[in-house]
Amino acid sequence: MRTDELIDLLGADTGPVGKAEPARRLALGAAAGSVVVLVLVLTWLGLRPDLAAALAGGFFWIKAAYTAALGAAGFWAVERLGRPGVSPLSAAGLGGAVLALFVVVALVQGLGMNGSARLIAVRGVSWTVCTRTIVILAAPILAITLAVLRQLAPTRPTAAGFAAGAFSGGLAATLYGLHCPEATFVFVALWYTLGIAVSGGVGAVLGRWVLRW
Amino acid sequence: MDELESTLKPLMLDGLDGDAQAHARLLKLLSERLRAYFGRKLSAGPADVEDLVQETLLAVHLRRATYDRAQPFTAWAYAIARYKLIDHWRRRKIRVAAPLDDVVEFLAAPAIDADAGLDLTRALSTLPARQRALVEDVKVQGLSLSEAGRRGGLSEGAAKVALHRALKLLAERMRDADR
Repeated sequence: MRTDELIDLLGADTGPVGKAEPARRLALGAAAGSVVVLVLVLTWLGLRPDLAAALAGGFFWIKAAYTAALGAAGFWAVERLGRPGVSPLSAAGLGGAVLALFVVVALVQGLGMNGSARLIAVRGVSWTVCTRTIVILAAPILAITLAVLRQLAPTRPTAAGFAAGAFSGGLAATLYGLHCPEATFVFVALWYTLGIAVSGGVGAVLGRWVLRW
Repeated sequence: MDELESTLKPLMLDGLDGDAQAHARLLKLLSERLRAYFGRKLSAGPADVEDLVQETLLAVHLRRATYDRAQPFTAWAYAIARYKLIDHWRRRKIRVAAPLDDVVEFLAAPAIDADAGLDLTRALSTLPARQRALVEDVKVQGLSLSEAGRRGGLSEGAAKVALHRALKLLAERMRDADR
């Protein structure tokens, strides 16, 4: 086929394109994924029994703000990495700053404890399942986000995959907070962060293969 | 460079608003630029260059929703062209590693026009009959989309959807052709 003929064909396929289309598609996908995760939390894990009291307290919201902020940085990075010629550094900077701030607070908390209290804080009641559960919960959102990203134009597949994983992990961890009763900076900084990071790693590996176009 | 940007960007903006003529003109100007760019980067010859030009044009067209109107157009288009070039090299490496009989390929290679792409022609031949007929009617016969649709028993809206699907499929099959 000659290039002129192709251009005629493409001209015949021209219709108006909406503004901020990538963000819209990613947000719709994330909303659909969140519904799936919410159903999983309600049916598979169950709400934490003291949810009403927790909602009235401060740490529930601090934890939610931390994971949601990481998720938001991930979303921002995904949206930018889905568009050619746009740098994701601002989004990465936000994610890094949120992470650093939370880790510093957790270090202060952890170092202020004596040895046995610190061990109790590190282990909480669910350290053996927390990270794994977050990674599992992130999977539906990650799958949808990668599918949407494939329709965008990620020119850096590994980075875009990592951002998709971090975004999915952050969102999943926030919803996981409805189930998980852990309430120390130390625990969240360790196991929640690890869950989000692993999800990012899974996204990076998948992205390398899936985000080709 | 600035001149290119100031020519192409308004065309892109009009195209995004649905102006088919501006969009086709943009792709025409861009194809010249891409041909020069890939020609400098590839030693393989005109057929490969044209394949890459066509693959990039398809990508630019199908993924134009990822262009932000506040962004320089040339930066966006260049990032796509560069990605397609790197992707081409990556796929070539896989291909070279596979056992290949060069003589057979040499003898089988048909003579080609300077601006004709082989991969796209091959991809077109793998489309479902209905989509292929629609593409052929618009491309070769120069029929309008509604006329071509009517020939295939499709409403204009259905023809539009079918053409868009066909183009997406073509873009995918073009990449597969290298494997």
